[in-house]
Amino acid sequence: MKDPTITPELIAKHGITPDEYARIQGILGRDPNFTELGIFSVMWSEHCSYKNSRPELKKFPTSGPRILVKAGEENAGVLDVGDGWAVAFKIESHNHPSAVEPFQGAATGVGGIIRDIFTMGARPIFLLDSLRFGPIEAGAPGAAANRHLLAGVVSGIAHYGNCIGLPTVGGETWFDETYAGNPLVNVFCLGVLRHDQIARGAARGSGNPVFYVGAETGRDGLAGAAFASRELTEESREDRPAVQVGDPFREKLLLEACLELLASGCVAGIQDMGAAGLTCSTCETASRGGSGIDVDLDLVPKRETGMTPYEILLSESQERMLVIVHRGQEDRVREIFEKWDLPHACIGQVTDDGLMRIRVGTRVVAEIPAADLTDQAPVYHREAAEWTPPQDLDISTVPMVDLTAALPRLLAHPTLTGKRWIWEQYDHMVRNGAVVGPGSDAAVFYARECGKFLAASVDGNGLISRLDPREGGRRCVAEAARNLACAGAVPLGATDNLNFGNPHKPEIFRQLRDSVEGMAEACRAFDTPVTGGNVSLYNESPAGPIDPTPVVAMVGVIEDEAHITRQGFRGPGDSVWLLGERAAGLDASQFLLILHGRKEGRPPQTDLGTEVSLHQAVRDAIRDGLVRSAHDCAEGGIAVALAECCLSGEGLVGVEIFLPDDERRDDESLFHEAPGRVLVTVDPADEEAFHDLATLCRLPVRKLGTTGGSELVIHLRTQTWRWPVEALFPAWDGALGKLMGTVAEPLAAH
Amino acid sequence: MKFAVLRFPGSNCDQDCLRTLQDTFGATAEPVWHKETSVDGYDVIILPGGFSFGDYLRCGAIARYSPVMAAVREAATRGTPVLGICNGFQILCESGLLPGALVRNRGLHFICRQVHLRLENTASPFTRAGQVGQVLRLPIAHGEGCYLADEETLDQLESEGRVAFRYCAPDGSLTPGANPNGSLRHIAGILNGPGNVLGLMPHPERACEERLGSTDGRFVFASLLESALAAVS
Repeated sequence: MKDPTITPELIAKHGITPDEYARIQGILGRDPNFTELGIFSVMWSEHCSYKNSRPELKKFPTSGPRILVKAGEENAGVLDVGDGWAVAFKIESHNHPSAVEPFQGAATGVGGIIRDIFTMGARPIFLLDSLRFGPIEAGAPGAAANRHLLAGVVSGIAHYGNCIGLPTVGGETWFDETYAGNPLVNVFCLGVLRHDQIARGAARGSGNPVFYVGAETGRDGLAGAAFASRELTEESREDRPAVQVGDPFREKLLLEACLELLASGCVAGIQDMGAAGLTCSTCETASRGGSGIDVDLDLVPKRETGMTPYEILLSESQERMLVIVHRGQEDRVREIFEKWDLPHACIGQVTDDGLMRIRVGTRVVAEIPAADLTDQAPVYHREAAEWTPPQDLDISTVPMVDLTAALPRLLAHPTLTGKRWIWEQYDHMVRNGAVVGPGSDAAVFYARECGKFLAASVDGNGLISRLDPREGGRRCVAEAARNLACAGAVPLGATDNLNFGNPHKPEIFRQLRDSVEGMAEACRAFDTPVTGGNVSLYNESPAGPIDPTPVVAMVGVIEDEAHITRQGFRGPGDSVWLLGERAAGLDASQFLLILHGRKEGRPPQTDLGTEVSLHQAVRDAIRDGLVRSAHDCAEGGIAVALAECCLSGEGLVGVEIFLPDDERRDDESLFHEAPGRVLVTVDPADEEAFHDLATLCRLPVRKLGTTGGSELVIHLRTQTWRWPVEALFPAWDGALGKLMGTVAEPLAAH
Repeated sequence: MKFAVLRFPGSNCDQDCLRTLQDTFGATAEPVWHKETSVDGYDVIILPGGFSFGDYLRCGAIARYSPVMAAVREAATRGTPVLGICNGFQILCESGLLPGALVRNRGLHFICRQVHLRLENTASPFTRAGQVGQVLRLPIAHGEGCYLADEETLDQLESEGRVAFRYCAPDGSLTPGANPNGSLRHIAGILNGPGNVLGLMPHPERACEERLGSTDGRFVFASLLESALAAVS
């Protein structure tokens, strides 16, 4: 088959601008051929080059005494956790593929992030996920299609994670019309390794053989990275071939084989073939190694005949790795791959001429300076629109509603409700590490390899980010850190997933810039460097861009098993305390959104100094043995947080609460969403010690009531609200299952 | 006493079984690769959970042809205790070492949760440390755990006392809601005729430490260790 002629139309179809084309001509000193054009197109897509976001990403703090591998250096960052052990972790999105084919889109998202972790030499041990969908309640527009996406994504994650044997131990799922047609699927993976096991994705040692191992290359996922860097349109479903098909069994074999191979000492460099497949892995390893690489496509294992060099290089077939092996170790390497029944081939070698040279037999089909391909990618400083701060909510425009009915309604809303329907589909117990599994503020995982208790939480709030991106950025980081503190953990580091619309629009770019600045500010305050992450732009459906949704996953460590703390009430007779300032207003609250359908107001601002003291106080109280349970007070305000404490423990526990008169309306007092608040239960015998500790930390602290009884009772001034916990439980625990009752919506309903 | 934990491509509870045996019980336990042709020298053989061969074709349908399975069959014939957990149970059914089949859960979803089980048989080497009627709390994690067999087989299992575990409510009663996957007669685990092969869907190796929420799985391994002691004395 003859390659098409390079025309301006063909260049534009590859998403390459005239300026970028001129840059390519400059690098090559000639016109690129068709194959080379394809290579530049994927390597310079946003997904691979971060050309629109790189200047922003530089604002994140990325260094610290625990950092062993920095953000951007390798596939994932690596952090020291003590005693010679380290963790590698990262979050990554698979939004576009999941919008088009939810099951495979989500499944391959899981597969991709797992490969990023074991490529570092780490044994992956758990997953988290952060999901966003359009409304699924009966009668909501597009509900059937959104339920189809939710069912598909959850079963895709379950399919891949369960089969490979990695527990999904936590996460968060929100529902909002902004995500209709453009769901967000962000998956986090963490692995453990010893310091001396860190593997590098660099091609070093001229003459070292380059091995291909894993699934054969097919035409699936052609140029998926470029696909992910475009807006979703009505025609996106025709892009279904750009979505890959995952094989978790193959990946399990690849994982075990690679870890065995890395332990053998035969490996000089290793890189997974994810986005942009063979192209990205060859040029990145060469570029990192300051070397060249020479590959013969005739030797690549293929599952289809007649594939062109363009197709082979741009295929995103899953479950493949590129391994650079020390010369002389080839037989040992082949022996390991054969033990695991994996297709493999030596497809080329490392050179010292700095060129990525792709051959078909003796015919050279592409020849590009490897370092220029990765380092000379364009960088755009996009234009940001001016920001008009949101108006404060005029509370007089919010009609009063029956608050007794409001709480069960909020608890049954898909965003706030219990997510058991989701996490029961995940094997969250395999690897025997989920000490605190799904459904508490943070997951706590016992990493048996190193004897450490690791805590992790993933958080994002699109509503707040829409109204005030900078506060949204601060808020998600602060919430993740607070969740870790409530579990008894010291945060160590974070990974971010930036989900935004098209950055060419000044309004969107402003959201991106402000969100990053807010996140960076908060990460500095908590001393949690960002170890890497993912940028997903162009999250737009025909209805418009999504609300900006930065998501952060934070990892911490709990030094003593006795300090592991959960959110649920432990039993009757404990006193309930609120740490942190009570603020007011229903601005940017879920109450205002769910009950009044309004995305409005100026979100209460996070005071990072107070947050830091609050988290320290919670941890200190936990270490002093004063805390029975601790729960972050967030979406849905104090009433929802109290209900979650009643409902999510070992058994149902009632509570009687006396809210102080803050001269606000009842709905504000119960449901406002000020940051920086934690609900703590304390044994009455320890009350004095707890109060002293909080006062010493200069934190507002107030006793609210006592656990016990069969009701959640809230007194405020002369008012009393009562909710039998047995009646609240089914609303909270069963709502999602009820909505999803019959899951298999036909694709035609899409 | 030495345990073999078989390792098929796609097994993923092999490490959990090995660690539980070694760390919680101080037992000698070794992984045995599926391409091995002998299990001589092992006193107990465990087929762990996971997705052997990706569960392609049918759960356990490919693993039954692994070279090690001929050796397992021979050992079972000699009376060596063989324990199949979850995917291991599925492999034992596919191998014909246990009757019946495990099919897709009634609700079509994979389910991972703590369930209650009633212990029905304490005459086996796996259950001797328990009491008949005892209610246990163990986790399940499977998509294909609905036990099916024809009426005749079920009646035979019942009359020979070979139903080892049933899904039940916390009080031991067999309510429909307590059956998570639609298994006939609430069956969660069965024995072979001589009683030395046990297959069960729940995971006892995930319920041996307080920190994981239940220690009710310990008695299975404790029974095996006790059986070995009894055999020696």
